[in-house]
Amino acid sequence: MEPAADLFRTLSDGTRRGLFERLAREGELSVRVLTEGAGVSQPAVSQHLKALKGAGLVGELRQGRTVLYSARPEALRPLIDWVAHYGRFWPERFDRLEQLLKDMDP
Amino acid sequence: MTATATAAPTASIVVERTMPHPPAKVWRALTQSPLMAEWLMQNDFQPVVGHRFNFRATPIPNMWNGVTDCEVLEVVPEQRLVYTWNASAEEAANGLKTTVTWTLTPVDGGTHVRMEHAGFRPQDEGGRQAMSGGWPRIVEGLERVAGQQG
Repeated sequence: MEPAADLFRTLSDGTRRGLFERLAREGELSVRVLTEGAGVSQPAVSQHLKALKGAGLVGELRQGRTVLYSARPEALRPLIDWVAHYGRFWPERFDRLEQLLKDMDP
Repeated sequence: MTATATAAPTASIVVERTMPHPPAKVWRALTQSPLMAEWLMQNDFQPVVGHRFNFRATPIPNMWNGVTDCEVLEVVPEQRLVYTWNASAEEAANGLKTTVTWTLTPVDGGTHVRMEHAGFRPQDEGGRQAMSGGWPRIVEGLERVAGQQG
């Protein structure tokens, strides 16, 4: 399975995306801090972090008994490249079709 | 959770527009390989039921080999064109297994063009959203937050 298909799947979930965005904004945070304001339970946050880790979007750092999580924005790169090329695939193809029809002989 | 193999719900992308051109002309753009290459992708399409062909786009490293495997399922000149749209090669096993249906309807002053890209399974949701235009906004937001611009 290609890694960026994982990225799409992982980031399709709004809560998960929110956690990633918060880590990207605020730096290293623990599960406990992340759970505050996440709107879901701590085990749910842990599950989301696991998925984010699996996709390479989040790294962890152990500090004594606390695990701190941080965003790895560079892992977004394949997704950004994909969307830049194909993000609006069909609407753009329709635009091109209409342009071609204008240029074609009747 | 285990996914149920049977009767899994699938989703579609539908794009439709009315174009100020006659159906015959739109049909040419949809079915003549060199014209298709100009607006869709490089291809070896022929408007013959059972014909197998590929669309070829620029590959994205670690993401997509750029090749789409297709077979023509239906050709009703100037009205209806159906082909499969499947992932190819090493991506075929888990990748898209979808169908694209073009329907042309003559209307006053032109043609109503409807494209339905159907058969996206739940695991294809990312790809479906990407192809229908949902992701650029999300990725813009992520890029902004992650400071990845430029």
